[in-house]
Amino acid sequence: MQTFFIVAILLLGFLITFQIAKASEYVSVIRGEEKAKRQTNKVNAFIMLAFLILGLIGVYYCNESLKGKILGEAASNHGKHIDTMLDITIALTGVVFIITQVLLFWFGYKYQESDKRKAFYYPHNNKLEVIWTVIPAIALTVLVGFGIFYWFKITGDAPANAMEVEITGSQFKWEFRYPGKDKTFGKKYYKKTTGDNPLGQIWEDGANRDDIYATGEPMHLVVNKPVRLVINAKDVIHDVGLIHFRMKMDAVPGTPTTMWFTPTKTTKDMAKETGNPDFVFEISCDQMCGKGHTNMRGEIIVETQEEYDVWMAKKESQYDKLFNKKQPATTPAPDTTKQTTSVTMSKPNH
Amino acid sequence: MSDTIHIHPGSVGHDVAHDDHHHGHHEQSFVTKYIFSQDHKTIGKQFLVTGIIWAVIGGLFSVLFRLQLGFPNQTFPILETFFGHWAEGGQIKPEFYYALITMHGTVLVFFVLTAGLSGTFANLLIPLQVGARDMASPFLNMLSYWFFFLASVVMLASLFIQTGPAAGGWTVYPPLSALHQASEGSKLGMDLWIVSMALFVVSALLGGLNYITTILNMRTKGMSMTRLPLTIWALFFTAVLGVLSFPVLLSGLILLLFDRNLGTSFYLSDIVVNGEILPNEGGSSILFQHLFWFLGHPEVYIILLPAMGMVSEILSVNSRKPIFGYMAMLGSLFAIAILAFLVWAHHMFVTGLNPFLGSVFVLLTLLIAVPSAIKVFNWLTTLWRGNIRLFPSTLFAIGFVSLFISGGLTGIFLGNSTIDIHLHDTMFVVAHFHIVMGVASMFGMFAGIYHWFPKMFGRNLNFTLGYIHFWVTIVGAYLIFWPMHYEGFAGMPRRYLDKSVWKSFNNFGDLDAMITIVSIIVFAVQLMFLFNFFYSIFKGRKVTNNNPWGSTTLEWTTPINPGHGNWTGEIPEVHRWAYDYGKDGREFIPQTEPVGANESKH
Repeated sequence: MQTFFIVAILLLGFLITFQIAKASEYVSVIRGEEKAKRQTNKVNAFIMLAFLILGLIGVYYCNESLKGKILGEAASNHGKHIDTMLDITIALTGVVFIITQVLLFWFGYKYQESDKRKAFYYPHNNKLEVIWTVIPAIALTVLVGFGIFYWFKITGDAPANAMEVEITGSQFKWEFRYPGKDKTFGKKYYKKTTGDNPLGQIWEDGANRDDIYATGEPMHLVVNKPVRLVINAKDVIHDVGLIHFRMKMDAVPGTPTTMWFTPTKTTKDMAKETGNPDFVFEISCDQMCGKGHTNMRGEIIVETQEEYDVWMAKKESQYDKLFNKKQPATTPAPDTTKQTTSVTMSKPNH
Repeated sequence: MSDTIHIHPGSVGHDVAHDDHHHGHHEQSFVTKYIFSQDHKTIGKQFLVTGIIWAVIGGLFSVLFRLQLGFPNQTFPILETFFGHWAEGGQIKPEFYYALITMHGTVLVFFVLTAGLSGTFANLLIPLQVGARDMASPFLNMLSYWFFFLASVVMLASLFIQTGPAAGGWTVYPPLSALHQASEGSKLGMDLWIVSMALFVVSALLGGLNYITTILNMRTKGMSMTRLPLTIWALFFTAVLGVLSFPVLLSGLILLLFDRNLGTSFYLSDIVVNGEILPNEGGSSILFQHLFWFLGHPEVYIILLPAMGMVSEILSVNSRKPIFGYMAMLGSLFAIAILAFLVWAHHMFVTGLNPFLGSVFVLLTLLIAVPSAIKVFNWLTTLWRGNIRLFPSTLFAIGFVSLFISGGLTGIFLGNSTIDIHLHDTMFVVAHFHIVMGVASMFGMFAGIYHWFPKMFGRNLNFTLGYIHFWVTIVGAYLIFWPMHYEGFAGMPRRYLDKSVWKSFNNFGDLDAMITIVSIIVFAVQLMFLFNFFYSIFKGRKVTNNNPWGSTTLEWTTPINPGHGNWTGEIPEVHRWAYDYGKDGREFIPQTEPVGANESKH
């Protein structure tokens, strides 16, 4: 019923508008078209000026009401560079925006048709052309310079002391792998993937023995310690988006990618800073990956080295979980049968 | 109307003689005049009307998914009435949401802003403004429209199949678009999408080759290349871009078709989908992105250049001044056309692209800002000290410049790879390209329609409705897209239909509702424009003046309702450039007027 009313009102409003528009056409014919044209010209020139002024006020108002909703200070070293770069660009483009928009609408108002004025025949001026070729070129050189400088810093090699975490996207979840004590990831082959071996780790590779697999829980990182993420995807392209760190990298099936950064604030720091006790660093999927794309969410906990070590000590590697069950009798896993068969059948072969 | 003219460019006397012959196949029945017409003007109108129908469909899709975005918790029973299982309980299902945005993008980018915009105005204006009786090959030109029509039919059909249309985004990145298991939209809908696009590419190539040939070979006597109106130059570069880049898209799509149906591995490698291990190894899904964006980026300029050309023309005519810096405008069009081919990888900064390669693309991308800036300053100087008639066409042209500035400047953010890391695939991108490519080109198209409507139909549009149309649309466009930049700054990813599970992006609730309401209003106003358009075709006030805007260009030397062949007598000869407005105290001097002995030089 509500829809019906809305449609009816729209139609009615439209009919009225149309009738007025039609009538104004007839009136202009009766009153003399030239005169009518001049009047509408004036009205539109005035609206143009009004649009400019209200528009600029609107831009200011929009900024005032929304700036509090965008992110606070970046929580990573790279993020700070990116924010600096963003500030420089906003300042520069902001100046150009205001100058050009003001000129555009001001000219539209100022030089509206009038009997008193004759248009000025002004087909070209090479000096002016050179000026507005060179000035933008210089401004852009500055932006490109800053941009590429930071770009190489961000995309360059990770520091030697960086920790590594592997993150794998699939419809519609994130899985993590930590390299364990040997600080090396074991080899994988996607055809080895099974329910118990979701990443397709090759068990013959000794480096895999201590690799820790985790999913459905936050990724743990250490504050002020560089981290290099090795990014994979199983099925379609995903993207690891870390907005608080201002980082982003696609996860491409068959082509591992990497990115590194140094988290500079712990989750607790951020909770204090934002005044939000439930603050979490979120991992968002930024590359459309199917119907669950919207909900492909992960979390990161940034903590101190001590906290991290405590957490890590409790973790058991996937290999141990599958093949070296410490207390099989006391804690039967939900799918014990499958696990035992896989142990007995696959361990000798691998 | 003398519709029996045989097209023989350059031999005018011959044409006239043909009038008296009895060529049975030249008799114009309803079918040959309005359906399988070879008259470029009719073909232009066919492109326009088909484009309009698609614009309504594509626009309606955006209103539907805006409902979901603006009011995620509300149910709209009417949606279930129309879409059945796609909107059970009155809420749009995710699969359907992605189908809607995919179709919205595909339809608007290709069917509306490529076929509807450059198809319409290239067909209408090229022969009329260069002084030709028709296109180089009217028959291929007709085929160009009918291939587009076929593409439309296939795409439309894909909307009605059980598994729905393609739903992997308009960029159809594999593996999502390649794996039937990955999404409903990657089943039959995706095959139909590829077939439709293949037909579309054929149409674009037939059209483009015709435009290029016509512009190069069929200019009337005296019409040197540097006397061409900027519309023609823009359409020329558009056609060149299309001819060089559409085949690359086609090749990319054919490989995708192979991967989908024949078990090849061009784009597929190491895939485990829904627990199923696929045999494909060694492919690269990034390859597709390179092929896609090699078209995809020039495509942006295929959409934008015709609008730039028309805006240049309209601003000059209606400020009664020559376009400022004709050669600079030409040079910047050329520079943009070249650079358009060298920047595609800026869409791929975060795909794992080699950082050095990325930095090269940063440089080339930001280089485009230079010719763009030249154009903006030249438009501004064209308005300066003019005597501006603010017709709806002028307003839309000025609106174009405003939007082009706004959207162009945000392009500087995204083209710089460092900032792109943060803003990539966020709502900032959505705001950027909608303003600079979508709405701005739409404005160029509206400007063109208001300006050339009298030439197309011999009648006038209602201007009062035109003014309402303009002001509501520009205010609406800024209200919709300006705040979206802030969502992007906040990192809100695009293509999220519901932010309720997120802690970082769910604080813009009211804003999305506001945007949705404004977009509904703007959509309604477009319908009002369409009413004006179709009403005026039949009932608008008749044009009484051959040259209603006091223009110098050739199309206004034809009769008010030109027949097939455009000029009744000989094709006029051209003696000057297209922009002698306000010269030597005269309001305008048509291109056909010989240069006087005492005339000042420019």
